[in-house]
Amino acid sequence: MFYSPVRTNAAQVAKDENLHLFRYVEDPDQCKVDTFVAHGGYEAWKKVLNGMSADEVIDVVKKSGLRGRGGAGFPTGMKWSFVPKDSTKPRYLCCNADESEPGTCKDRVLLERDPHSVIEGMAIAAYAIKCHLMFIYIRGEFAYAIERMKQARDEALAKGHLGKNIYSSGYDLDMVIYSGGGAYICGEETALLNSLEGHRGQPRIRPPFPAIEGLYASPTIVNNVESLASVPYIIKRGAQWYSSLGTEKSSGTKIFSLSGHVKQPGNYEVALGFNLKKLIYDPQYGGGILGDKKLKGVIPGGASTPFLTPEMIDIKLDYESLQEVGSMLGSGAVIVFHEETCIVWTILKLTHFFHHESCGKCTPCREGTAWLEQIIRRIENGQGRDGDIEKIEDICNNILGRTICPLGDAAVMPIQSSIKHWRDEWQYHIEHKKCMVETHFEFK
Amino acid sequence: MILNQTSIQKIKERAKEFPQKKSAILPALTIAYQQEGYVDEAIYRELAKIIDVPYVEIAEAATFYTMFPKKPRGKYLIQVCHNISCALLGADSLVEYLENKLKIKKGETTEDNLFTLITVECLGSCSTAPMMQINQDYYENLTPEKVNKIIEELKAKA
Ligand SMILES: Cc1cc2nc3c(=O)[nH]c(=O)nc-3n(C[C@H](O)[C@H](O)[C@H](O)COP(=O)(O)O)c2cc1C
Ligand code: SF4
Repeated sequence: MFYSPVRTNAAQVAKDENLHLFRYVEDPDQCKVDTFVAHGGYEAWKKVLNGMSADEVIDVVKKSGLRGRGGAGFPTGMKWSFVPKDSTKPRYLCCNADESEPGTCKDRVLLERDPHSVIEGMAIAAYAIKCHLMFIYIRGEFAYAIERMKQARDEALAKGHLGKNIYSSGYDLDMVIYSGGGAYICGEETALLNSLEGHRGQPRIRPPFPAIEGLYASPTIVNNVESLASVPYIIKRGAQWYSSLGTEKSSGTKIFSLSGHVKQPGNYEVALGFNLKKLIYDPQYGGGILGDKKLKGVIPGGASTPFLTPEMIDIKLDYESLQEVGSMLGSGAVIVFHEETCIVWTILKLTHFFHHESCGKCTPCREGTAWLEQIIRRIENGQGRDGDIEKIEDICNNILGRTICPLGDAAVMPIQSSIKHWRDEWQYHIEHKKCMVETHFEFK
Repeated sequence: MILNQTSIQKIKERAKEFPQKKSAILPALTIAYQQEGYVDEAIYRELAKIIDVPYVEIAEAATFYTMFPKKPRGKYLIQVCHNISCALLGADSLVEYLENKLKIKKGETTEDNLFTLITVECLGSCSTAPMMQINQDYYENLTPEKVNKIIEELKAKA
């Protein structure tokens, strides 16, 4: 089995005392508990168990301004506070390691190379909601990460970081590692819970929200790997420190997965508010466009986020700035494509994905994504018809906001934004029965 | 019985970890797949007995996920990611390359039952594109030379 050879900016992170998630990811021993502890690991967990109340933990995380890194950006501390204080049911924490949004490959690095940092963050979150059994749901394809996580969990148990009466505090905490069955939709939190319960991974209608009624109908918090891995640093260095990083409303640091037509694709940890253009062009990060070609567009936050055109990329990577220009930070997956990329081809790739991954529970998404793929494929194959763009727009409008989970919207938003930015290219494709730019990417 | 004692024992151990027995369905399917390379109705029936849940629950779950095919595939299952990040770096031409090299079309299995070639959705390896997964292992940053070497090594091992 292999360890992902993905490029990270660990060396740079080590020189900047404010970056933390990637500090030790190039150290091959970081996955071992002793090395992790030698690097300050489990100190935050000890601090929590030796003298912080659950409410104090929630308060620190609230004040830090940490927001969910799984895509929605919901304030983490606030989410935890939704667990009813008077509930007599068991509470559960689920770490969402289903990572499958095209472009996103950051959680895998943490799971494979710094698994204890994820366990430590999970443990602190579990304590904050008074949970004694926590789960990590890892996508089934990540065989190596699953193995690593199991080893880490067993070591943590053996060394008393998990288990009974941890650090003599009287607190018990156990951990279950669960592997998925291959379905993008299981990353949606209620689908994840259904999957964990042994059902088909289809989303649930909300309310009730998981914090009230989640796994086994008990209060449950679902958080992304990166969100949880950020928690120990917040506990150790304080809410004020964390909130001083990044921008006013987007505090802290974030990992961006850079992929596509850049010279140096990789995973880069930077403070939120980092300039997108710099991420793509700076020699320390993306290093510019492959073959020094002209940039055509960027998907800033994973396959479900609206496109940016080259004029828009001098922008801060934070939740608000991207929202202002009609896009989203999402999972932080920056996908770059150059001038030789046909927009219809790109959208076909994305739409095929969403159609394939639609769980089929609601009609607009199930049928709509199928029609969209069919029409877009027809255009791509040179058989587009007059009125196809309008038809696509009409289907999009009938999906948007009418589905149980956000996958429907996710499928539609990139399409709508591509038509907005490159309508002439769509039109050309239909009229001339071919791409405006010939797209053929060789692997070499 | 199709499932051997080791698998049955593993499933029973896993089942103990969960507060409710249905949660053992996916882990049980995974263990069965690891043993046989497929999971069909006969295996669903065995699993239903081992973890003590209705047959339909197993069948319903199993057919939803992509990782529990009902029919066996080649010894080496080659899954090429063809989503956007990989496609931008030539995933489609990687598929063609493998088709030519293995003399099969995607979706097919070689005559000697060694290789099955399929395309799959994003495998979370976007910054190391193009990539493929063979059985459990990821192969990333692929080039024609690397692919040649990987395939030759697997052939030699078989
Ligand atoms: C279709 C779909 C797929 C998702 N996939 C993931 C995923 O793979 N990982 C993840 O952490 N969140 C994913 N999410 C978001 C989760 O529903 C949820 O918001 C998140 O796990 C909460 O954690 P956070 O608050 O720490 O971000 C997905 C959402 C949708 C609608
Ligand atoms: S929007 Fe799509 S994926 Fe989500 S519940 Fe409906 S059919 Fe399933």
